[in-house]
Amino acid sequence: MKQFQYIRSVSQKAAISAITQEPKAKFVAGGTNLLDLMKRHVMTPERLVDINKLPLRDIKEENKGLHIGALALNSTVAEHATIVKKFPLLAEALNAGASAQLRNMATVGGNLMQRTRCPYFYDTTTPCNKREPGTGCSALNGFNRMHAIFGATPHCIAVNPSDMNVALIALDASVQVSGPKGDRIIKMQDFHRLPGDQPEKDTILDKNELITAVTIPASTLTHNHYLKVRDRNSYAFALVSVAAGLNLDGKTIKVARLAMGGVAHKPWRLTAAEQSLQGKQVSIEAFQQAADIAMQGAKGYGHNDFKLKLAPNTIVEALKIASRI
Amino acid sequence: MNTFFKADEPLQRVDGKMKVTGAAKYAAEYVLPDCRYAVLVTSSIAKGRIKSLDTKAASNAPGVIAVISYLNAIRPPGYAADNEHPTEPATGGQPHRVFYDNKVYFNGQPIAMVVADTFERATYAAHLVKAQYIVEEHLTDLNKNLDKGVLPASAKKNPKSPLADYDRGVVDGYKTAPVKLEMEYEHPAEMHNPMELQAIVAHWETDDKLTLYDKVQGTQPTQQNFAKEWKLPPENVKVIAPFVGGAFGNALHNWPHETAAIIAAKMIKKPVKLMLTREQMFFMVGYRPGTFQRIGIGANRDGKLVGISHFSIGQTSSYEEFTESVLQQTRMMYTAPNVSTRYRILPMDVSTPIWMRGPGEATGAFALESALDEIAYELNIDPLELRIINHTDQDPERNMPWSTKYLKECFKLGAEAIGWNKRPLKAGTLSDGPWKIGYGMAVGTFGANRRSAKVRAKLFANGSLLLQSAVTDIGPGTGTAMVGIATDAIGIPADQITFQLGNSEFPVAGNQGGSSTVNSVGSAVLAVCDVLKQKLLEMANQNMPEFKSATLEQVTFSNGGLQLKGGSAKTTIGDLMKKSGSADLDLIEEAKPGPEAAKYSKYSYSVHFVEVRVHSITGRIQVTKAVTCADAGKIINMKTAGNQMIGGVTGGIGMALTEDAVMDHRFGRYMTKDLADYHVPVHADVPHIEVRFVDKPDYIVDPMGTKGIGEIAIIGVAPAIANAIFNATGKRIRQLPITPDKLI
Ligand SMILES: Cc1cc2nc3c(=O)[nH]c(=O)nc-3n(C[C@H](O)[C@H](O)[C@H](O)COP(=O)(O)OP(=O)(O)OC[C@H]3O[C@@H](n4cnc5c(N)ncnc54)[C@H](O)[C@@H]3O)c2cc1C
Ligand code: SF4
Repeated sequence: MKQFQYIRSVSQKAAISAITQEPKAKFVAGGTNLLDLMKRHVMTPERLVDINKLPLRDIKEENKGLHIGALALNSTVAEHATIVKKFPLLAEALNAGASAQLRNMATVGGNLMQRTRCPYFYDTTTPCNKREPGTGCSALNGFNRMHAIFGATPHCIAVNPSDMNVALIALDASVQVSGPKGDRIIKMQDFHRLPGDQPEKDTILDKNELITAVTIPASTLTHNHYLKVRDRNSYAFALVSVAAGLNLDGKTIKVARLAMGGVAHKPWRLTAAEQSLQGKQVSIEAFQQAADIAMQGAKGYGHNDFKLKLAPNTIVEALKIASRI
Repeated sequence: MNTFFKADEPLQRVDGKMKVTGAAKYAAEYVLPDCRYAVLVTSSIAKGRIKSLDTKAASNAPGVIAVISYLNAIRPPGYAADNEHPTEPATGGQPHRVFYDNKVYFNGQPIAMVVADTFERATYAAHLVKAQYIVEEHLTDLNKNLDKGVLPASAKKNPKSPLADYDRGVVDGYKTAPVKLEMEYEHPAEMHNPMELQAIVAHWETDDKLTLYDKVQGTQPTQQNFAKEWKLPPENVKVIAPFVGGAFGNALHNWPHETAAIIAAKMIKKPVKLMLTREQMFFMVGYRPGTFQRIGIGANRDGKLVGISHFSIGQTSSYEEFTESVLQQTRMMYTAPNVSTRYRILPMDVSTPIWMRGPGEATGAFALESALDEIAYELNIDPLELRIINHTDQDPERNMPWSTKYLKECFKLGAEAIGWNKRPLKAGTLSDGPWKIGYGMAVGTFGANRRSAKVRAKLFANGSLLLQSAVTDIGPGTGTAMVGIATDAIGIPADQITFQLGNSEFPVAGNQGGSSTVNSVGSAVLAVCDVLKQKLLEMANQNMPEFKSATLEQVTFSNGGLQLKGGSAKTTIGDLMKKSGSADLDLIEEAKPGPEAAKYSKYSYSVHFVEVRVHSITGRIQVTKAVTCADAGKIINMKTAGNQMIGGVTGGIGMALTEDAVMDHRFGRYMTKDLADYHVPVHADVPHIEVRFVDKPDYIVDPMGTKGIGEIAIIGVAPAIANAIFNATGKRIRQLPITPDKLI
């Protein structure tokens, strides 16, 4: 690992000023992603600003919605009684990710910011636009089993690997951030980017901005399921995952929320598919139709062609399990 | 509760507490005064030459003592003498000579090494070494070069070699059968990933005395190798490895990093510690070679096999000829009159593979036992029944009797435990909602090997016994088994017997590999105990009137003493030795296979039964039940033996469903090279595994009646799972691993 400066901040203000002073500074929370990347020289910050002492761990109900501090641990969130009861999608998604040990270290802010698991991104001997802009994308014509089927460009076909993000986008969450220029609220939908011609940028967060919390509005979803399909039955990233939430009145779908993971450079909300379900009776046909709509514009890159079939299947199955038909 | 976990199992693992409390010391944990740390720099191309190596920044980095590469490395005298590596691998060719010249033979090859005062500083500086290459075109894709396979040199030299072309009856006789099938099977390279990373501490005690704390499966084979490499008398090389954190075949070879550490220690005149990173484990310390197989199989309508033709081609490196026994099971397991086997290897620009648990046979069994299943469906005969129809009562390959063979008993035990008779013959019949349910089985076999071995015994005046052997214990519980054998033989309570191992200065033992340790070393334990008993009896004859004319048959050895059968006269060993004024007894005995054994074909057998559930929409796969049965001769310790079977089945689940070393052939480089991307099974993949042993002795193999367990535990697991998946879904997957995308 390259030498770096380490600063532990105890206040939000100090943390933001510490990050602003040094152009190659990074926040560190659980460290479960950043330290791995540093050990492999994929990320080489000059300064680490440790934010673990900041008072950003609280989880509380706010106007029937939820406020989750950026430093709340993935495991704490997944086990939180209110979340398990009222926002089960989030709890299920978190528990589907990583391992118990990792979830005990990982924070909500870190999870939002975790980087892609594209193997070329991790291997500094191979070209990768995300790691070294302009060198090319090795995955495009290479081993791209885990890669995107939506929104990719020849510059980068990587996916956002997070499970939590899929649930958060389905739940219409927002990210609260604070920076040298003040505070702002970013909608989950806008937080992560598509690669375009700047795959080095995962999110729209400014380098000097600190995530302070995630908020989720009150949920009316009565039927939920997070379904993750992976190459082994635990401790593996999603081939495809689906967060499905429904508000059912009898058999009628009042509200539908759908998002997918493992398919794009950002958590992938399926708005058109949601709309197609609205007002319909729950049925396999309706789910199949929604899945067909969701898949419009999907494109495989070889190794990941199977996702063109697996993704709609998983949408249908998640909806089926959520609606218990 | 597993039935083999008997509550009254007398002997728990003798080193279990040390292992779980951290008291057991592994290679990288040895702390020598003044020790320095070496970290390897590896190549990023698969073939070519190093044009230039920039080591300046690394040399100037804090704490760096030396940057070593082909430019400045001292050459082991063994290299220089005949211009090649002095140790001849069992498999042919020559091991990679690290830092010998600027040639690159595989991606991830060590090209330089940084030695520093701390591990962290060495790691940092290693990253600063930059290489420029002259790149040459590489060959790494087995499947695109199947026609380039060659017969291994040993088979060219010796047409009787088990690797040579074999024909029984008519070549490709299967083609004449009324029912015949032709299939292709393949699996990727599988990477060795024992928990313990490969590590070594090299210490030149003097200019010509070398001590190695090393992760190895054989202390003496390692001693021999490095003695040759450094032109030292073997007794000047000491290898210490009392604990090994899993190896599975990975440490049956001495690898470049070991020589590198020895070179560094020699150059800086200080002990040097070198531990590979997990990523480096994927590049330079062996793996189960990716293999392509083709099978033609033919049978009569009644299920009698007419013939099997089995072709296999596996990858090897360009400098070393790795071979393994893929086709043995095809030649000896079934009665087919016409059997042809063809074994080929393809030298490529990759590092050398090495045996991995169930070496060769696990590969071959995947194809053979899948093919048997396929033809069973074609014939509409139950796959288990098909195996019984073609069961052989003598070895059809060598026309010799079996030493023992209780395969049919395994069939019975397993079929009962899994409820095989309830299994529908038709594929795709059973389901539970969207989950398809299926059952499959397959057979495994491995030679019951035995080598000569020696054991030293020291019987102390207090009646306690110390046994020593150079053998290692890579996890099966060798010490526990040996203590068990000794306590049974001589009646000294287990807690008064110590078995020391993992030191090249102890009496002769080979590698721990090939399921042969208990057979070989256990026999020597038995032999040394027999001599001890004789000596104790003589003492009793001379010093205790009641025992004056007693013979061995008239005396029982138990509870740490001797007792006359049917009489009340008894003594503890301690009292007897005191009475006789005897000093501690210290002796070494050798045991080796006798001529009788050569008249038989000797094998262990396993049968694995599994139940799987496959999700019809998402392709998720769950092995929900596993029953594994073995005819492994006499079982010395039910618990450690059962652990072996469970571990083997778990490894087999990995082979069948998850493990995939993916190479990007543009770079000739593995892309799944950490434990997040290279999937070994986790708890959620592994069901309760039920173990059943026939537990009948085979005294032709050795005097305890054991046959060997480690390998058969995995051989046949992958096809059992593939067969169950077919039974569940009607989909035949011939390419491992079987992942969800292949089933949707
Ligand atoms: C082997 C393995 C398997 C995994 N499997 C899964 C999986 O299946 N599913 C899944 O979803 N995840 C998985 N993960 C990823 C895991 O969820 C992330 O590593 C974790 O969530 C990151 O959180 P952290 O607090 O440790 O982040 P850190 O490593 O501390 O930080 C990650 C990034 O976030 C930034 N950051 C952290 N906090 C803030 C903040 N408050 N404001 C601004 N920036 C911030 C850091 O600067 C850094 O760039 C896995 C990880 C590993 C190592
Ligand atoms: S997909 Fe993106 S992260 Fe992967 S190699 Fe291409 S540019 Fe790099």
